[in-house]
Amino acid sequence: MTAATGYAPRRTLPLRVEIVRQFKRRRTLAMFGLLLALPWVLVIAFQFGPQSSGQGPSSLRISDLATASGLNFAAFALSVSASFLLVVAVALFCGDTVASEANWSSLRYLLAAPVPRDRLLRQKLVVALGYSAAAVICLPLMALLAGTVAFGWNDIQVPGTGELIPALDILPRFGIVIGYALVSQLVVAALAFLISTMTDSPLGAVGGAVGLWIVSTILQAVEALGSLREFLPTFWNNAWLDALAPELDWSGMVKGASVSVTYAVILMAVAFRRFRVKDVVS
Amino acid sequence: MKRVAALVVAFVLIGVTAWLVWPTAPDVRGQDQRITVVDGPSGDQRVELDTTFFPPPGGGKAPAVLIAHGFGGSKRSVRDQAIRVAQDGYAVLTWSARGFGRSTGQIALNSPDYEVKDVKQLIDWLAKRPEVQLDKAGDPRVGIAGGSYGGAIALMAAAHDHRVDAIVPQITWSDLADALFPNTAVQNPPVQPNAAGQGAAGQRAESGVFKRMWAGIFFGQGVSLDNLATSLGAGREQATAPLTPEHARCGRFLPAICDVYQQVATDGKATPEAVALLRRSSPITVAGQIKAPTLLLQGQRDSLFPLSHADANARAIAAAGTPVSLAWFDGGHDGGDGEVDWLFEQSSAWFNRYLKGEGPAGTATPVSAFTVTRDGGRDPGTRQRIRLHPEAASYPGLLGTGTTAVPLSGPQQNIVNPPGGAPASISAVPGIGGLLGGGGNNPGVSIDMPGQSAAFESPPLSAPLQLTGTPTARIRVSGKGEATLFAKLYDVADSAQPPTLPAGLVAPIRVTIPEDTGSVEATVTLPAVDHDFAAGHRLRLVVTTTDMGYATPAQPAAYQVALAAPALAVPTVRTLAAAPAGVAWWVWAMPLAAVVIAAGILVTGRTGARRHRADPVPAGSPGGNGQAPDRPAADLSEPDRAAEVPLEISGLTKAYRNGELAVDGLSFRVEQGQVLGLLGPNGAGKTTTMRMMMGLIRPDAGEIRIFGEPVTPGAPVLSRLGSFVEGPGFLPHLSGRDNIELYWAATGRPAADAHFDEALEIANLGKALERAVRTYSQGMRQRLAIAQAMLGLPDLLVLDEPTNGLDPPQIREMREVLKRYARDGRTVIVSSHMLAEVEQTCSHVVVMQRGRLVSAGPVSTLLGAATVANGHGPRLEDVFLDLIGDKS
Repeated sequence: MTAATGYAPRRTLPLRVEIVRQFKRRRTLAMFGLLLALPWVLVIAFQFGPQSSGQGPSSLRISDLATASGLNFAAFALSVSASFLLVVAVALFCGDTVASEANWSSLRYLLAAPVPRDRLLRQKLVVALGYSAAAVICLPLMALLAGTVAFGWNDIQVPGTGELIPALDILPRFGIVIGYALVSQLVVAALAFLISTMTDSPLGAVGGAVGLWIVSTILQAVEALGSLREFLPTFWNNAWLDALAPELDWSGMVKGASVSVTYAVILMAVAFRRFRVKDVVS
Repeated sequence: MKRVAALVVAFVLIGVTAWLVWPTAPDVRGQDQRITVVDGPSGDQRVELDTTFFPPPGGGKAPAVLIAHGFGGSKRSVRDQAIRVAQDGYAVLTWSARGFGRSTGQIALNSPDYEVKDVKQLIDWLAKRPEVQLDKAGDPRVGIAGGSYGGAIALMAAAHDHRVDAIVPQITWSDLADALFPNTAVQNPPVQPNAAGQGAAGQRAESGVFKRMWAGIFFGQGVSLDNLATSLGAGREQATAPLTPEHARCGRFLPAICDVYQQVATDGKATPEAVALLRRSSPITVAGQIKAPTLLLQGQRDSLFPLSHADANARAIAAAGTPVSLAWFDGGHDGGDGEVDWLFEQSSAWFNRYLKGEGPAGTATPVSAFTVTRDGGRDPGTRQRIRLHPEAASYPGLLGTGTTAVPLSGPQQNIVNPPGGAPASISAVPGIGGLLGGGGNNPGVSIDMPGQSAAFESPPLSAPLQLTGTPTARIRVSGKGEATLFAKLYDVADSAQPPTLPAGLVAPIRVTIPEDTGSVEATVTLPAVDHDFAAGHRLRLVVTTTDMGYATPAQPAAYQVALAAPALAVPTVRTLAAAPAGVAWWVWAMPLAAVVIAAGILVTGRTGARRHRADPVPAGSPGGNGQAPDRPAADLSEPDRAAEVPLEISGLTKAYRNGELAVDGLSFRVEQGQVLGLLGPNGAGKTTTMRMMMGLIRPDAGEIRIFGEPVTPGAPVLSRLGSFVEGPGFLPHLSGRDNIELYWAATGRPAADAHFDEALEIANLGKALERAVRTYSQGMRQRLAIAQAMLGLPDLLVLDEPTNGLDPPQIREMREVLKRYARDGRTVIVSSHMLAEVEQTCSHVVVMQRGRLVSAGPVSTLLGAATVANGHGPRLEDVFLDLIGDKS
C-alpha cells in the first residue's frame, strides 16, 4: 500500500475546489465589482457631461462615437480599459494565485496533501486564466448592456470613416474583438504567473507583471527601436480596433496573437520548470 | 541566481559586441572645387561655379550623381543628402547654380542658354575624374537629383544632354508660365483667339491668374541673395561696395528676367514676352527629348507646383517611350511631412537600377509607376501618424481609372469682388503654409470672406469616397467683363467642425463673359489631390472672388454663379493598392519555436529532478555518537519489512544556500506505534527535516522513506502522512469548516474517509467553526491546523510544536489525543521545545544538534543512562542539556 486508499493524483485539487477557494476572496469580488460597475459609471459620466452642440457626433474618434449606440459604447469601454484596467485584472488573477497560497502558508499543506506540483500549477493556471477570461469578457458585455440601455441598439458607426455597419453584422466582429483581447492578455497572465511561482508576496507578483508591462509600453514609444518594437508584448495591444474597421484587417491581430502566444508559452514553461524543482520554504 | 546573472552578462556582451561590430557608414569627404564654365546664348560668358565633389567612399570607379539645390539655396543645402548618396556608393557632385551661393553669374531660371550649358560642362568635368565610371570616353555614368529649382534643371539637362542616365526630379514644375499664371477653367464658348497666342496652353497662361505671393517670394529670394550673403559674412568683396541701384532692383537676376518680372508683378497679368521667357525654362517644352529614366516625386501639399505639373511631365516623358514613375508624397512647398527617408529609398532604388544596373533587368521600373502616400492611421505603439504607400502598376493620369458623379445642388448665388481685392479669402499661405497646416495630415486653415463666395453642396456620402486626381465641375458665371474666381472643394464633416480644404489648394479661374449673353459656362478643373471623404461627409464646391495668394482685380464687380451641371465628376483610382504585405514569416515561426523551446525547458527540467533523486545514498553513517536504532541493513532490501516502517531516514543532508549544512548526514528510523519526540535547540535542523519529509525541500544527499517509499515532491505515499509544520496555513477569507472541507476536497479523496467529526472534535472550535479564519486567535488556528493534519487519520502524523499557543488544559488534552492516536497502530512524530511535554507524551526521542543526530532511543533508555546528579530522578531536560553541552 503505497498511497492512502482513495488517493489518486489525477483527482487532486479539482477545478471546482480551486474556483471556490478563489471566488470568495475580497479582491476577486472587488475586481469583478469594479469591472461590472465601470460601464455604468461611464454611462453616467456621458449623461452628465456637457453635450456637444452639433447634431450627431462631432468627429469620428472612438470616444466621440461612444454615445452613438450600445455597440459603440462597448467598443469605447473596451478601448479605455484594455490598456490598463484589464491588464491589472489579469495580472491580479494570475499573479496572486500561487503567491497568495505561499503567503498564507497553505501552499505547503496542498503540496503535502499531496497535490503533485505540475498538477497544482496546471489547475491553478486554468482557474486563473478562467477568471481572467471572465474579467475580460464581462466588461464589454456589461458595457454592451449598459450602452444599449442608455443609448439604444443602433447600428455601429465605425471610428475613422464614420461608416455605418448594421448591428447584427458587427456582433461576430465583436466576438473577434473580445477573443483578441483575451489572447493579447495571455502574455500578462503568463508573466504574472511566472512571478507568482517565484515570490511569496502576491502584490509583488501583480506589481511585477504590471511594472514590466509599463516598461514595455514605455519602450514601444521609443521610435528609434524601429521594427524591433513589433516584438514588444504590448505593441499590438490595440490591434483589435482593426476588427471594427469596415474592412476586417487581420494582419495586426495575427502578429499580436503570435507575439503574445510566443511569450506566454515560454514564460509558462519557465514557471513550470522552476516550480517543479523549487524548495518550498514558505 | 548565478545562472540568471550569467545569462544577463551574456546578453549584455552580445549587445555590446553587436553594437561595436555593426557596420557603420563609410566616411565621406568632400573636395571643394571651383569649376569654370562658359555659357550664354553665344557661348562667351565665363562663370565660376562653386562645387563640392564627394568621391565614392569605397574607392574605385562608381557612377556619379549630380545633386542640384532649390531656389535660394546653394551647394551647402544639399550637403547632407550628398553624403548620404555617396555612402550608397556613388561619386557625388554638388554645385551652387550660377547666381547662387559663391558661384558667379546671374540667375537665368534654368535657361537652356545658361544653367543647362553649365550642367553639360559639369558632366564633362565628371567624365575626366578617375573616380567616375564611364559609359564611353567623355560620357560618364551619371544621374541628376534635385528638388524644385534643382528638379527642373535635372529635367532640362536630361533633355539637352543624353549622357544623363537617370534623373529624380522632386517638387518641380513642368511649365513655369502655367505655375505662375494658372487658369484651370475652360470656357464654353471659347473666347476669341488672341493674336499673340501660341496655341491653347499659351493662351491659357496669358489669361492666367498671377500667383502673386509665390512669385514675390521666388523673386525676392533671388534679389536678396547678396544682402543675405553680406549678413552671413560670405562674399566679402561684394559687401564692401554698396549695392548699385541696378543691383538693388534685380539682385542676381539676369536683367531681362528682372524686367519681365517687374512688369507682370505690377500689372498682375502675363505678357506674351513673359510667357515666352518662362516657357524657355519649362521642361514641358523639351520633355519629349528626355531619354533618361525619370522618377518624379511630387508633393501633395504644394500650391506652387501642384501635382498637375508632375502629371504633365510624366505624360510628356512617357510619350517618348522613356520609363517614368511618379509618386505623390506627403510634402511639397506648403509643408507636410517631407518623408525624407522614404524619398531617399525611392531615389536610391532608381539610381541603383539605372546607374549601377542592380536588380532584375527588364522593363519593370524599380519603383511602381504610380505611388501615393496616404494616411495609415496611427502606429499602435507610439500613436504617431503612419503613412501607407499604395501603388499602381500603371499611371492612370489625373482623371483616374474611374469617375464617380457626386450630385451637387445650390441656387444661383450673388458674389462680389471687393474694391481693391481686400479682404481676401485665405487658402494656402505661401511660405508659411506648412506652419499653418502643421505637419502630417492636418488640413490647412481656410477662410472664405462673406459675400464673396458661392457654395454648392452634395448630400452626405453613403460610402467613403477616395478622390485621386482632379475633380471637374461645370459652372455658369453671369456678369460683365472678365471674371477672376477661385474654386475649391471642401470636405464637410458636419456643422460643428470647420470644413477642411484638402491640401489647402484652390483652382484659379479666369473667364471672359461675352457682352451679348451676359453669362458664360466653364468647366473647372479642381486641384489634383488624394483625399478620402468619409461616409456621412459632404462635398462642398465653393467659388470665391478673392484669394490671398493671387493677384485679383482691384475694381469692384458683382457676379452670379450657378451650377451648369448638377454633378461633380470625382476621379478614383481602383488600381492603387497597398503593397501586398503577406504574413510575416515570424508570425508562424515564433509561436512554433516557442512551443519547441518550452518543451525543451520542461524536458530538461525533468532530467534535473531525476538526477537529484538518483543521488546515491552515502554509506550509512549516522552522525554523532548515537546510532540509528534497530537498523539492520538487511531489512532495507526487504520490501515487505520496509513497507511497515513508517519513517526511515538515511544519510540525509541539506545545505543552506550559503553552504552551511542545515541537516548533516542524519539517519534514524521510526517504528510503528511510536510517539517520537524530535528534540533540538533552535537551528538544529528539525523543521528542515520535517519539510523534507513532506517533499517540500529536496535533500542534497540521502533519502527519506515513508512506508518504504522514497519521498519526492508529490509522491503518492505522502497521502498517508498528516502534517503540521511551522504554523497553520489557512485561507483567511474562508470559515474554519470551509477550509477543512476544501482542503480535504483538494486531496481528491472520498469525503467518507475524512473523519471530519473526529478531527473537528479535536479542534473543539464550537460555533467559531463557521467564522472566517482571519478572526481566529492563534490557539484556534493551531487547533484547526492539527485537526487538518489528522483528516483521514493518516498512518504517520508529523507535528511541529503542536502545543504552541495552547492553554494548559488544551495541552493536556492534546497529550492524550496523541497518545491515543499512536495506540491505534499509527505513528506520531512531535517536535517540541517543551521537554516536559515530550517526556510525558513520547515513547522515543531523537535529539538533534546542528543538523546532526546526537542521540536516539526510547525515552526510558535515555533517562536511565543518565547519571543522577542531584538526588532527583533524571529529567529529560538534564539529559538534553547534557547532550548538547557535550557537543558544543
